[in-house]
Amino acid sequence: MADNQQVEMVGMNRSAYWRVLAFFLAPAVVIYTLFSVYPLLATIFDSLYQRQEGGALTYNGLGNFHTLLTDDTWSKPFWNAFRNNILFFIIHMCVQNPIGLALAALLSLKQLAFRNTYRTLIFMPTMLSVVIIGFVWQLILSPLWGVWKLFLQALHLGFLFGPYLGEEHIALLTISLVSVWQFVGIPMILIYTALLAIPDDLVDAATVDGLNQWQTFFHVKLPLIWPTIGLVSVLTFVANFNAFDLIYVMEGALAGPNFTSDIMGTLFYRTFFGNQLQPGDPTMGSTIATMMFLIILMGLLVYLYVIQRRIQRYSF
Amino acid sequence: MLKTTLKVACLAALGVCAMAATASAGKLTIESWRNDDAAIWKEQIIPAFMKSHPDIDVTFSPIPPKDYNAALNAKLEGGTAGDIITCKPFDASLDLFNKGFLTSLNDLPNMKNFSDVAKAAWTTDDGKTTFCVPMGAVIHGFIYNKDIFKELSLTEPKTEEEFLATLEKIKKDGKYTPLVMGTKDQWEAATMGFQNIGPNYWKGEDGRKGLIAGTQKFTDPVYVNTFKALAKWAPYLGDGYKAQAYPDSQNLFGLGKGAIYAAGSWDISTFRGQNVPMGAFKAPPPAGQADCYISDHTDIGIGMNAKGPNAKDAKVFLDWIGSDEFANIFANALPGFYPLSNTKVTVKDDVAQTFVSWRGQCKSTIRNSYQILSRGQPNMENDLWNVSAQVLNGAMTPEAAAAQIQDGLKKWYAPQQK
Repeated sequence: MADNQQVEMVGMNRSAYWRVLAFFLAPAVVIYTLFSVYPLLATIFDSLYQRQEGGALTYNGLGNFHTLLTDDTWSKPFWNAFRNNILFFIIHMCVQNPIGLALAALLSLKQLAFRNTYRTLIFMPTMLSVVIIGFVWQLILSPLWGVWKLFLQALHLGFLFGPYLGEEHIALLTISLVSVWQFVGIPMILIYTALLAIPDDLVDAATVDGLNQWQTFFHVKLPLIWPTIGLVSVLTFVANFNAFDLIYVMEGALAGPNFTSDIMGTLFYRTFFGNQLQPGDPTMGSTIATMMFLIILMGLLVYLYVIQRRIQRYSF
Repeated sequence: MLKTTLKVACLAALGVCAMAATASAGKLTIESWRNDDAAIWKEQIIPAFMKSHPDIDVTFSPIPPKDYNAALNAKLEGGTAGDIITCKPFDASLDLFNKGFLTSLNDLPNMKNFSDVAKAAWTTDDGKTTFCVPMGAVIHGFIYNKDIFKELSLTEPKTEEEFLATLEKIKKDGKYTPLVMGTKDQWEAATMGFQNIGPNYWKGEDGRKGLIAGTQKFTDPVYVNTFKALAKWAPYLGDGYKAQAYPDSQNLFGLGKGAIYAAGSWDISTFRGQNVPMGAFKAPPPAGQADCYISDHTDIGIGMNAKGPNAKDAKVFLDWIGSDEFANIFANALPGFYPLSNTKVTVKDDVAQTFVSWRGQCKSTIRNSYQILSRGQPNMENDLWNVSAQVLNGAMTPEAAAAQIQDGLKKWYAPQQK
């Protein structure tokens, strides 16, 4: 029976070949087109229109983009959100990924006891809902009933405590660190897997050549996992520039205080859906969404053409 | 997005079924977002109506508040909405009227029971057509803990000076948070702070209408002084008030740790649940001012589907909503939500009664950002949240706050550009 089928497959005529191809490709093509390509294109088209009073849509060319980038009312919040977003990304790159790398390096040491327990515990927050994370951390950091205050006081560091989420200069940093705490498991697990994939021969050879653990890591393992670190960075970039939920949960749609925690996701949400008495503006919202798409696209292109090409040389 | 669309579609489908059931004469369906009050409607309000109108069968069919606007629009556009539509205040309902989904109710006999302020939220900009019967309002003021006032032998403050002196005494004692309010959620600062005490400064409706007409500016002394008065609260707010959210405030006062709570009347039922010994006083006017003004904000109305199948009965029902009977049931079933008719209602909850008694002593007004002024970009309500919180945080001067609002308004609102 199986043999029979194989013969048929090989001896398939042209039209049958296309039918089979279509059969296997169709689900993916249909689903991606419907839920990914179409909404993306529709968003971009929307951004070229403007809603008139009375509800009629009129073509506005790049007018919305012009307004967004030059009219104070829009450009100030936009660049503010952009700056905050970059800061949000930098904090993740400087804190989350190095910690993820360090954790992965530790976990991949064969001498370490309870490796699986640590791995599971560190990865756990990643699987929790952002709503829970936001709620729990708001309680921990609350100046009224939070345990963080008591914790710092016990360490005689009480002076470091403040109403972080209500302070302009520190609110975004606080939320970023909460986000780092939640998502540190992702770089950890990706890098950990990459480290496990390094052939033992290489490490053994390094040991025989007299390198210690430290040197082995920096001179043998690290160069081999650069591609994974590059991948982690680009995932962080995309996730951070699409971020919205944690800030919405912890600071609300107005991303206070004084918009210091406003990132592009929250700006988009406010614009598209409105807030309290602010009417939603779908076309302007689409314009912001398109800008987000373009920013992420540019970031990805830089990664693909500048960074990935170089690090490829080190990989197997 | 998809989820919402699906939900809307499902709700619309449900609406079709509901319609099929109610299309016959003598049956009415109420569209509402007040699913919190579903039991009160089904057990108290509707039976009371059907007692006097046994031939009309009313069904209350609420939709979750978040989905209400979208679902209602879909139902109205699809022609499947119920006969009676619960109305959000101002632009959301005005938009429905302009699209022809709601109809003029000027000819309802009981419409005479409502003042112009009460009707403003559901009246066209020219003031000529009212399209929803005003149903409920919330009143701002201050709730205090009676036990703490007794312990520290304090009395209800009558003027702003007395108010600040009272706060100072509580602060000196040190045991309780003098004034419970946080700035993290921002709307608390604007709604419970700025809009609560402001009407005394800008003379209620005079100021509100002045802003709309362009004869007053936010940089006028009355508005700057409101922000100045607000700024004086900062030393009396709790530890870490900058990160204190609304539920934190409710808990702080509910647990008896705070003396005075900047309130909306809807908070009464929350604190009743926590058995706080409560009293209430109205926003204290500045010394030497004889008149007082309160924020008596129109929040919920009820109108009729212009294309509904049962217009005759719908009008009977809406007229009943305007009656004394409804006003009394509504006020007592939902303490803290007040009927908007001129009828003198007796509220059994004493604190809720205190709030509503101010209507007889002071002039009522609504929040000044709600009518017309929050239509543009930058949005005035959002800006008020932001600057009120900043003024309380000490991050912005009252003058700068007023200037920012005025600049924003001037950008798009023609009467303010003169």
